[in-house]
Amino acid sequence: MDSAIVIASVLTIMTAATPLVFAALGELIVEKSGVLNLGVEGMMIVGAICAFATAVTSGSAFLGIIVGMLAGAGLSLLFAILTQNLMANHVATGLALTIFGIGLSALIGDGFAGQKLDPLPKGIPGLSDIPVIGPLLFGHDILVYFSIVATGAVAWFLTKTRAGMILRAVGDNHDAAHSIGYSVIKIRYMAILFGGAMAGLGGAYISLAYSPLWAEGMTAGRGWIALALVVFATWKPWRAFLGAYLFGGVTIIQLIIQGYGINIPAQFLSMLPYLATIVVLVVISRDKYLVKMNAPACLGKLFHASH
Amino acid sequence: MFGSTWKKTIGALAVATGMAAAGQAAAEDTKVGFVYVGPISDHGWSYMHNVGREAIEKELGLTTTYVESVNEGPDAERVITKLAKDGHNLIFTTSFGFMNQTLKVAKRFPNVKFEHATGFRRSDNVSTYSARFYEGRYVVGHIVGKMTKTNTIGYIASFPIPEVIRGINATILGARKVNPDVQIKVVWVNTWVDPGKEGDAAKALIDQGADVIMQHTDSPSPLQVAQNRGVWAVGQASDMKTFAPKSQLTAIIDNWAPYYVARAKAAMDGSWKSEDTWGGFKSGMVQLADYNEAIPADVVKLAEEVRVGITDGSIHPFAGPIKNQAGEVIVPEGEVADDKTLLGMNFYVEGVQGELPQ
Repeated sequence: MDSAIVIASVLTIMTAATPLVFAALGELIVEKSGVLNLGVEGMMIVGAICAFATAVTSGSAFLGIIVGMLAGAGLSLLFAILTQNLMANHVATGLALTIFGIGLSALIGDGFAGQKLDPLPKGIPGLSDIPVIGPLLFGHDILVYFSIVATGAVAWFLTKTRAGMILRAVGDNHDAAHSIGYSVIKIRYMAILFGGAMAGLGGAYISLAYSPLWAEGMTAGRGWIALALVVFATWKPWRAFLGAYLFGGVTIIQLIIQGYGINIPAQFLSMLPYLATIVVLVVISRDKYLVKMNAPACLGKLFHASH
Repeated sequence: MFGSTWKKTIGALAVATGMAAAGQAAAEDTKVGFVYVGPISDHGWSYMHNVGREAIEKELGLTTTYVESVNEGPDAERVITKLAKDGHNLIFTTSFGFMNQTLKVAKRFPNVKFEHATGFRRSDNVSTYSARFYEGRYVVGHIVGKMTKTNTIGYIASFPIPEVIRGINATILGARKVNPDVQIKVVWVNTWVDPGKEGDAAKALIDQGADVIMQHTDSPSPLQVAQNRGVWAVGQASDMKTFAPKSQLTAIIDNWAPYYVARAKAAMDGSWKSEDTWGGFKSGMVQLADYNEAIPADVVKLAEEVRVGITDGSIHPFAGPIKNQAGEVIVPEGEVADDKTLLGMNFYVEGVQGELPQ
């Protein structure tokens, strides 16, 4: 393999990983607040079609990104009302949200299949022409850079800010956080909306940059991979970022080595992310200390202010 | 499964009411149901079946119903049963994976006629039909063999079933007729529709030197990648020129409409029998989209000669000598592969790179 192929492969992996980074970061914040939203796949795909429809109709990819985020947030608002106000079970509501999102996206997307869109512009003029480091450092579309910034921002928010600490407190012990005066529901609402917007952004990236078209079910299970990633990363943003590149990389590398005539069962590679997640879960669940260090203690538990 | 949507369409009533009394009765009696594996918005496989359904409504004024995005699992049986129960007397199940479910339901509804696409099991009330897409791929093989500069064709394949393997082999056989040095690199993506993954496969193939991208998956994403990277591509199932105006050399088009109309007519007048139909260029089931203007005139002329030859029967894509990858002769000189060999094809011919997944 010469360096040109390696560089090209890295670029392909980066575009494949970016939607996973967005969705996983969003879900990470949601879960850190103690809420388990399994609707990532549904929010992603609604984000994808809303972004695509907006970009095609208005001609503005930027507007598409915004609308995709709003659509994801809108769907998560539904989840927030159901789980925070109406006390619905997180798991059931999240699953329903995914099914609903897939159906809704098909409904909105009716008529948008077969339409084409120019992909998001790539590269910083001048700089991306530098050999080797040019394409690697400066050859991306703006959302790839944003995914790196967003990972740093989420990590900083969770560990270095007061608001991040409050969010973690709500996720670890909502009763204690409530008793010292924090509005658990309000904080969780904000976390859920952020998660929805990020899932929508991940979807928007798929339909605007990754493969700029609309096809039903085009997120193809990436929402579930993002969910698995959060656990795989033991709720740490940079690990989630790394995991996304790892999971994205596995898929791409499998395609690349096939081109070289090497055969590894594709089914085996596509189950790897989930297998890795199960292994991580088993490892951290064996040790009480590790569980306390990593998993939000109130994850998926219902909170009622009168308790 | 989750995406299944029930949609009913009432056929052109005006046409029905205008028909003679007898015809009207028949039209009212015959209801046609369709089961699609993908969404009709896939712009490929299911989309083209739906075009065929619309032709039945338009030309015969029949009521038709379709169910899209049906999983090739137990859910298919439920959907087919529902259509049979709801009084549809002719039901088209349009994916290979619906085979066992179709036969199972057909046994319970002996008075309902079934048509299963691309399958090989029939019964008294189950017909099978398919198109000889390999004829199209053989013509395309001649074009891509001439157009490639790197002598490398990238091929994005879905699942290692005979239908897909036949397409790969027909392509390389056609390409080697005009360019003995040409090779095919195959990447299996294990899905029919995942635009992201299909696009990634196209990128990987182009990075490895392919300057023509072909596909046996359903989304136009590989064409889009080819267009952006400035390499050639071939459309799948329908004309995908909008996605790659510069790159699409041609497209292999599935044209089910004439067959669907003929079978619905047969069901109306009682002449329907269980049959196996495998149509190609001759019956119009397989068509090619307009050739790209960038293809030199002599290549177009050659491609047309091959197309006409296949249509009139003077050329057979799988005419011997055909060797497998190990160099063993599978079809000797002077013979052509019979339909049984074609339908069960489970080996790569010479010129395909890599191993066939088992």
